[in-house]
Parts: sequence; structure tokens; C-alpha cells
Amino acid sequence: MGLKEKTSDLKVRMRNALKGGGDKAIEKQKAVGKLTARERILALLDPKSFHEYDLFVEHAAKDFDMDKKYLPGDGVLTGTGTLSGHPVCIYAQDFTVAGGSLGWMHAKKITKIMDHALKLKVPLIGINDSGGARIQEGVNSLAGYGEIFFRNTLASGVIPQISVILGPCAGGAVYSPALTDFVFVVDKISKMFITGPEVIKSVLGEEISMEALGGARVHCETTGNAHFYAESEEQCFSQIKKLASFIPWNNTRKAERFPKKSPKTRQYKIDNIISEDPKEPYDVRDIIKSLTDDSDFLEIMEMFAQNMVIGFGRMNGETVGFVANQPMVLAGVLDVDSSDKAARFIRYCDAFNIPLITLVDLPGYLPGVDQEHAGVIRHGAKVLYAYSEATVPKITLIMRKAYGGGYIAMCSHHLRADFVFAWPTAEIAVMGPEGAANIIFRKEIAHAKDPDKVRQEKVEEYKEKFANPYVAAAYGYIDAVIEPNETRKILIHALEISAEKDVRMPTKKHGIPPF
Amino acid sequence: MEILKVDDVAYSTRLTKKFREREKYKPKDPKKIVAFIPGTIAEIYVKKGSKVSYNDKMLGLEAMKMINEVLAPFDAVVKKIYVKKGDIVTKNQLLLELE
Repeated sequence: MGLKEKTSDLKVRMRNALKGGGDKAIEKQKAVGKLTARERILALLDPKSFHEYDLFVEHAAKDFDMDKKYLPGDGVLTGTGTLSGHPVCIYAQDFTVAGGSLGWMHAKKITKIMDHALKLKVPLIGINDSGGARIQEGVNSLAGYGEIFFRNTLASGVIPQISVILGPCAGGAVYSPALTDFVFVVDKISKMFITGPEVIKSVLGEEISMEALGGARVHCETTGNAHFYAESEEQCFSQIKKLASFIPWNNTRKAERFPKKSPKTRQYKIDNIISEDPKEPYDVRDIIKSLTDDSDFLEIMEMFAQNMVIGFGRMNGETVGFVANQPMVLAGVLDVDSSDKAARFIRYCDAFNIPLITLVDLPGYLPGVDQEHAGVIRHGAKVLYAYSEATVPKITLIMRKAYGGGYIAMCSHHLRADFVFAWPTAEIAVMGPEGAANIIFRKEIAHAKDPDKVRQEKVEEYKEKFANPYVAAAYGYIDAVIEPNETRKILIHALEISAEKDVRMPTKKHGIPPF
Repeated sequence: MEILKVDDVAYSTRLTKKFREREKYKPKDPKKIVAFIPGTIAEIYVKKGSKVSYNDKMLGLEAMKMINEVLAPFDAVVKKIYVKKGDIVTKNQLLLELE
């Protein structure tokens, strides 16, 4: 064969491999509203940027007549490309080939592209659509999962890792997404669980649908396993692109700077958002939007633990991670779920050189036996740990209430915030005026002729003296009490002045956070 | 808007589904023996009225491919048995009562 023949032979081989599981299997994939693995990669990456590798990899299984079977690409596509101009490594499991099941060579393709991503220091995107372990390959498929989990852990905090669940992801397979930074799910398509409905039914006699057990909504609202919810695969891909624009390629870089833009002040004006009564709620996301460029805010885990809001925005073109109490939900309290949510995000921002802005308005921790027994002590401690450990610029704004342990936890100076600002409406106190008056003046109230009247007087007295930012400011715990309408200007200055911040932590192998 | 009370202060806010559906705390009754794991009743070693001593085997609860023995937490008499051999039980389901 000459060059010409050999080239056409290559083309034939490629054509065969590119067919994946064949027309029938592709038809089935489409019938349930899913794109094929290749279509997904092409839809997500920049046009013509995808370069595929290991197209000719074949499985190595011998048992159960597997040696007679040809599985194109062994059920997974791997390659490199660009996402909004940034280089990425990517893999996508191909459900049309043996149900995307994970055998040894399938796993080897994935771990090879993961090794690439870690060496080249570029983000890794994994598209999951797999029935699970390839049972015929036995322990080798377990080995494959283990090799993937190990690399997820090595890469954690070095390169961004994004998991996209576009089909079933069951059993051990779910632990790869769980180890990555951001998990994207799509309504009716994503399914994640350790044990499926059938096992649950046979062992426990409990009947539950796949959707109710581990569908997209469940993981966004209830478990907190997923970070982004989409109605369709297309919407999911645009969410990924948006997220990618906010984060750096790796932990030695900063996120890309964008042109500066002003917030939409007509829509989001602090004076109109916040009520003076500290008991009246408002949507803290409106405050964030009053501060960010173009009033753009990418919220993460929008449906989970809504009493805490986290996400990315830009200020003067620079990516900032926002952590904010949400007075509109559960009065913005810290609890098991909201602590967990905030702590992980803080660590993410710290790992990837993203400055943190903390917006504080909370009455403290959520009271209740369920919270205590669910371990609010150790979960709440995660927030303290994450803030204390973070060395990126940390800027805090106390808007209204900062009571008790909540004040300390929400990036106070004591946890080494670089700047703590407060609005004149801020109340930094050991607890709310009512509770404090009831304790401090218990005797006076109890012995009074009109206890209610005395209580009210004492509450007012306490409010007057302590429910303000000036007591804390007098000790230097607040750097400046600022006018609300000056906030953006002041925060931007604080960010700019902190750009070269350099803090070294004591030498250690790693800390032992309470997880 | 709903109300959430923290430290004697009532805040108007929105409560979450998880918060509304949280389980109210009920003190455990040591005389009521419940399944600590979902499974199948493999063996019943006692009868109504049986005298049991601390650590005596009362039930065999098969779960996760193992037979777990349900032991008497103290010396007592079996007041009532709520399950029979072969029953599938869920976690925290009442199995038997002591007195």
C-alpha cells in the first residue's frame, strides 16, 4: 500500500470508529432527548477546536465472549480543545457503546487525559453518561474507578475540574463527580445514586422512582451534590461556558480580566433594597447585583441551603467570590447545610486565587435539636476553618445584623479579614437586643410591676447602646463605617490595594479541617 | 412571609421545605426496640412473656448479607412482639416492646 491507500485505509478505520454504538443505539439515545457523546463535545467546545485521541483504543476483556466484541473507542471519547478560547482537556462517555460501561481500557483513556490535564495545567471537563462498571471486566473495572478517583484528588485545587452528568451515573461512578469542583445536572436526564431503586425495593421494600431518588432536582435541592441545574443540555453547556469565564485555568493563574462595567444602578439601588428594620427581609442577591459589573452574578447551588448565597461576579473586571447571608430565607442563619455550602466555596476561591467578599446579615445559628444532632458544631466549624485558612484577599461588609458566633464566622477580623466595612445600619453584638435584654436584665424584668414595659425599655436601652457598628469600631474590629452608596467604590479600592497580598501559613503537610 | 425565631427575636423570612419537614425530637423509649438498620427478620428467639437478661439474643435481623443480633438492653420481660419471621422492616420500625 502506498501513501494514498494507507490514508484511505485510515479514513475507513476512522469512519468505523466514529460510528460509536451504531445507528440503532444512537436513535435510542436521541429518543430520550439526549445528544451523543460527540455532539456534546462539539456543542460545548469552540467550533473546530476538538482534537480527539485514543480513537482506536479497544477493550482488553477476554471473559464471557467479550473477546469477540468490538466496542468503538471502548465507550468513551477523550481529547483537547478550547472553551471560550481557553484550553481544556475533556472526556465524554458514550452511552451508545455498551451503555458507556467502564472497563479497564475505557478507564485508561480517561486517566490518560486526566494526567494530561494535570501536567498541562488546564481544566478538565468530564461528561458522564454510563451504566456503571462493566461487569464482564470484574475487578479491572473497579481498578479503573479507583485510578480515576485518585487523579481527581491529585488534581483537586490545581486545575478546575468540572463534571457534567448527562445520563445515569450510578454506584461507585458517582464519586468522581463528587470529588470534582462543580457538578452540572440536567432535568430528566441526570441520575445519580449509590444504590438504585431496584436494590432499594428488594432490600427495603421502599418504592421510589429514579427521578425522585437521584434526579437533577434532588441533587440541587436536597443533597447538595450538584451545583448547576439546567432544563436542557444546551442550557447546561452555556452555564459551563459562563462558569469557565469566571475561573482561572489553574492555581498559578488569576481569572481572566474583563473590561470594566458599571452596575445597573437604576434596577439595583441599595437604598431601595434594604429595609431599616433588621427584622425585615430583602434579597441579598440584589445587593450583590448592585455591586458587580453589569449587575452580573453567577449563583452557585442556587436551590440548596438558600439561606446562604454563593457565586461569582466581577468588580472592575476582576472575578470575585461572593459569600452572603440571605435574610429572605431562614433569616439568613448559619446551619449545617449553609455552613457546608459556604466552606467549600471559600476553599475553592482560595485555591484558585479568587478574592472573597463576604456580605453579613445574620441573627446567628439556627436553633433546634435536629441541627445540634446533625452536627452543626462540626459543620459550622468548617466555615471558621475555611475563612481562617484562606489567604486570598478577604473583604467583609456588615450590612445589618452580625450577632454572636455568626459575627465571628462570617469573615471577621479575628479570622483575618483584610478589611471589614460596616454600614451605619450594622449591629455587631453578642446577640439580638431582645435576647440580650432578657438575660442581662432578667432580675429587673422579673421584679418589675410591669415586666413587659420594663423589658421593652431595656431592649430599647440595649439597642441604643449596642445595636450599632460603633462599639466594634471603637475596638478597631471594623475598619470603616461607610455610606451604603459608596460601597462599590470602597470595595473596589480594597480589592485593588490587596492585589499583591502575600500571607504565608505555617509549614504543614495539610491541615485537618472538620470534614 | 413566615416567621423564624432566633434568640427571642421573630424574623419575617421564608422557611425552607427541609426546615418545615424536619423531624421533631422525641426522646427514645428504651423499652421499645426498633430496627437499627433496614432488613429482614431472620429469627425470633423470644416469645411474648419471655424473661430476658441483659445481652440475651431476642431477634436475628438480616441486613447487608449479615445476620445482626438484636440483644436485650437490660433485664426485662417481653411485652409484645410486632414482627414475624420473614418480615421486611424499615429503619426505626418498632420490633418488640419490653417491660
